[in-house]
Amino acid sequence: MSDKNPDSKPNNGRKPTLPPGMKPKGAKPPSASKLPPGMKPKGPPTAKPEGPQGPAGGDGASKATRADFSSDQDVRWCPGCGDYAILATVQRLMPELGVPREKVVFVSGIGCSSRFPYYMNTYGMHSIHGRAPTIVTGLKSARPDLDVWMITGDGDSLSIGGNHIIHIMRRNVNVQIIMFNNQIYGLTKGQYSPTSEIGKVTKSTPFGSLDHPFNPIALVLGAEASFAARTMDRDPKHMKEILKRAHDYRGTGFVEVYQNCNIFNDGAFFQFTEKETKSDRAIFFEHKKPLTYAGGTKGLRLNGFSLESIDLENGNFGIDDCLVYDETSRDLAGIMARVYWRPDLPQPFGVFYREDRPSYDDLLHKQVQSVIERSGKGSLEKLLSEGETWEVS
Amino acid sequence: MALKPVETLPEATVLFAGDSGDGMQLTGTQFTLATAYAMNDLATLPDFPAEIRAPVGTTYGVSGFQLHFGSIDIRTPGDEVDLLVAMNPAALKVNVERVRIGGTILVNSNAFEKRNFDLANMNSNPLEDGSLDKYRVIQVELTRLTRETLKDTGLNQKEIDRSKNMFALGLALWLYSRPVEPAQKWVAAKFAKKPDIRDANLELLKKGYHFGETTEQFVTRYEVTPAKLKPGRYRAIMGVQALAMGIVAAANKSGLQVVYGSYPITPASDILHTLSRYKNHGIVTIQAEDEIAAIGTAIGAAFGGSLAITGTSGPGIALKGEAMGLAHIIELPLVIINVQRGGPSTGLPTKTEQSDLLQALYGRNGDAPMPVIAASTPGDCFEVAYEVCRIAVKYMTPVVLLSDGYLANGSEPWLIPNPEDLKPFNVKFADKPNHVVDDEPVFWPYLRDETTMARPWAKPGTAGLEHRVGGLEKHNGSGNVSYDAQNHELMIKIRAEKIQRIQAEIAPIKIFGDPTADLLVVGWGSTKGAIEAGVTRANEAGKKVASIHLRFVNPLPSDLGAVLSQFSQYLVPEMNNGQLVKVLRSEYLLPFEALNKIQGRPFGPSEIAAKISEMVG
Repeated sequence: MSDKNPDSKPNNGRKPTLPPGMKPKGAKPPSASKLPPGMKPKGPPTAKPEGPQGPAGGDGASKATRADFSSDQDVRWCPGCGDYAILATVQRLMPELGVPREKVVFVSGIGCSSRFPYYMNTYGMHSIHGRAPTIVTGLKSARPDLDVWMITGDGDSLSIGGNHIIHIMRRNVNVQIIMFNNQIYGLTKGQYSPTSEIGKVTKSTPFGSLDHPFNPIALVLGAEASFAARTMDRDPKHMKEILKRAHDYRGTGFVEVYQNCNIFNDGAFFQFTEKETKSDRAIFFEHKKPLTYAGGTKGLRLNGFSLESIDLENGNFGIDDCLVYDETSRDLAGIMARVYWRPDLPQPFGVFYREDRPSYDDLLHKQVQSVIERSGKGSLEKLLSEGETWEVS
Repeated sequence: MALKPVETLPEATVLFAGDSGDGMQLTGTQFTLATAYAMNDLATLPDFPAEIRAPVGTTYGVSGFQLHFGSIDIRTPGDEVDLLVAMNPAALKVNVERVRIGGTILVNSNAFEKRNFDLANMNSNPLEDGSLDKYRVIQVELTRLTRETLKDTGLNQKEIDRSKNMFALGLALWLYSRPVEPAQKWVAAKFAKKPDIRDANLELLKKGYHFGETTEQFVTRYEVTPAKLKPGRYRAIMGVQALAMGIVAAANKSGLQVVYGSYPITPASDILHTLSRYKNHGIVTIQAEDEIAAIGTAIGAAFGGSLAITGTSGPGIALKGEAMGLAHIIELPLVIINVQRGGPSTGLPTKTEQSDLLQALYGRNGDAPMPVIAASTPGDCFEVAYEVCRIAVKYMTPVVLLSDGYLANGSEPWLIPNPEDLKPFNVKFADKPNHVVDDEPVFWPYLRDETTMARPWAKPGTAGLEHRVGGLEKHNGSGNVSYDAQNHELMIKIRAEKIQRIQAEIAPIKIFGDPTADLLVVGWGSTKGAIEAGVTRANEAGKKVASIHLRFVNPLPSDLGAVLSQFSQYLVPEMNNGQLVKVLRSEYLLPFEALNKIQGRPFGPSEIAAKISEMVG
């Protein structure tokens, strides 16, 4: 995928911020409101709230707003694109995080999603295709004090950047990764992507794609991810919660966002995101809570190593039969990640896995410090004349 | 025992050759150390196979270490070999043609048996078939003498046989009247925790040294008196060490943290190995998952305000090309080191070549020029490394540093520099808005310095200077994405002009040799020693010739045209199929003649001198 036609879908000066059909207010939060009676929605313990604190904007005075994080550049995504919802959610989240604007950096690769940094009034870099994980690894190694976000897409991170995405996962660099998954190549105008379903008919696959798709959550878990979550463009509240949790996590916070490409792959996720089917086809799960969906009328229980759907209304099963999810369990994360486009089960949204593991940049600077403590700050003069020397007169 | 007569030589070249498991690099390194102690000038050339442990006894498993030393100015690892130490028939077969007629060949005669002849594809025993009649052959039963010496030590046969290089080292040290103490000190320290191995090695060193005195086979021993080096404190240095220390010096003088992102590749890995030990000098190293990631981490670090460096060899540069273009368009300081090796493709990983010059100059999509600066000797790598870091930051540009396998692994005596004598390395980060739009102060990341045309470097964390960079074309000044036709042409010209202005950093060209000559030899990179030694020989033989050597290949020095106009004949020796010669022809439209050597080995002075003779008659 190349970046040769970035102006292919200019908008006419308007800046839609929400996808069509989406109400700006009143959309009920699907998870928290559907808890069984008696259970209080309680957030999981955040891994560590350490990190830069303070008012945004750098002047230390007034409280920052969404506008403080919006750049003066025209947003050039196609009208109706799911990217607008993600941008709006991130811009609204920023002031809540309390990180001064000048400490925030957005880094992206190439693709529709990767234009994101241009629209944030923070530091940013729109880099090259697939390589954003390498840029943020270097940036955090140099500057662990910065709050770094990486923006990528399914093509950028799973095709051309596949090698880097797995390595940033195992290193656990302390950044947030938002992967916009629309299951299609948008910027190059509609070829199938590594997450497109088998048989996908596109410009490059007129007789249907033969490639078996990646399951992004399973992929990153296989690459030793320490934090993996999924959310969707059409549920900004859930998205914001999940992004906040990824931000609070000290390590690589990987968030897959189902994002509708209304031009080349319209409706790819509608069964999970639209009112008519969402309740039955999506499950919003949380740490230490039983797995229920369909307005609490259905649940998931473990049968051996597999999940199965149970009816909580016919009298045979109750809430106690539902699996209580534990996001710190690698085994459960593996089982949950494999619930993927299953006709018999709802698609899971939430934090699949979280592990307390030191981040790469923390370890790196700890090591540098320990070497300095052990051998003292290096002297150039000593270094130059170390080893065997001799005098010529 | 009567001491043997000593003959004084002005210079000598010794080559140790054996299986890659025979310890020849170690033997050579220890001989070099002793030679440095004897205060000779010297130059070395290790020559080893790409295989870590190639099959024993084969020609492709031969590892060699060549050392040229003397009381005179030593510029190259030597043309012809005076003493070849060959541990087996394969080592003899591979290297015998490098020995001068009448030179000495010392062989481990125990290894000259049928099995080894077969392994080396030899039909007969060269010690018997007359093929070595042109040389003085000294047969030493190295294997047997070693076993004899160590028979009561309790070491096993394998450990004993592996030590025979120490016997050879002791013998060679005796032959050239080198001190044995440096090697003894080294062995004692190296094997401090293995007393039986340490004692065995020390015993063999001594036995080898004494063997020279007692054996009937040597009638004389040699002496090479100290060279007249510039006064001061010296150490022996390899190019790779000098390069790493140049980087430390840049970190020290600039006050910047260095981030070195790299992926292991021969012959550049030693930079990573060396720098990773220098963490207490403010150096962070990252071993990335691949070459692209290596430069990516460096670009990220540069954006964060660090002195960012990535190092590799030719195949790695091929992979980094796109990211180098990114560094060019976002105008961040970045040093890209290429320790060149034989190409194309995987080529000859452990052999030296200068064949990545055109890749460095042009190997990117779009018009993306960057400075290309080449080191010329192992010691020069220090100065060049410091210089490229300084220029990268001053001009806000990626810079390519070209070294090669010979420079990286070759060594020479090095006058230890005083850090205070280094050029100042000032860094200024942007700290406030630099422009006004609608009466509001704003930061424009692409407003330039009038002299250098560098853009400001604003570190994340600086309030009020938030800005975005990226690979899309940007508006001159504001840095916002721009598809404007005129602006694109302007930006291409501006970025090229900025690189051209680096000419201000280039010292005036020095003409070496006879400035009244018609013939000028033009070189770059590691051929400097061979070219200047060749020119000196030609001058001494009454031939009129001069030479100049380019450190900057891009931009070319501003006085190069004027210097060239003083001559009418031009020779361009290169270890490639003709690359600088193409650049010079297209730039100056003068009749440059190429002299190419593409054998994975450096030029010898005699090759240069021979070509000069041919041209001036």
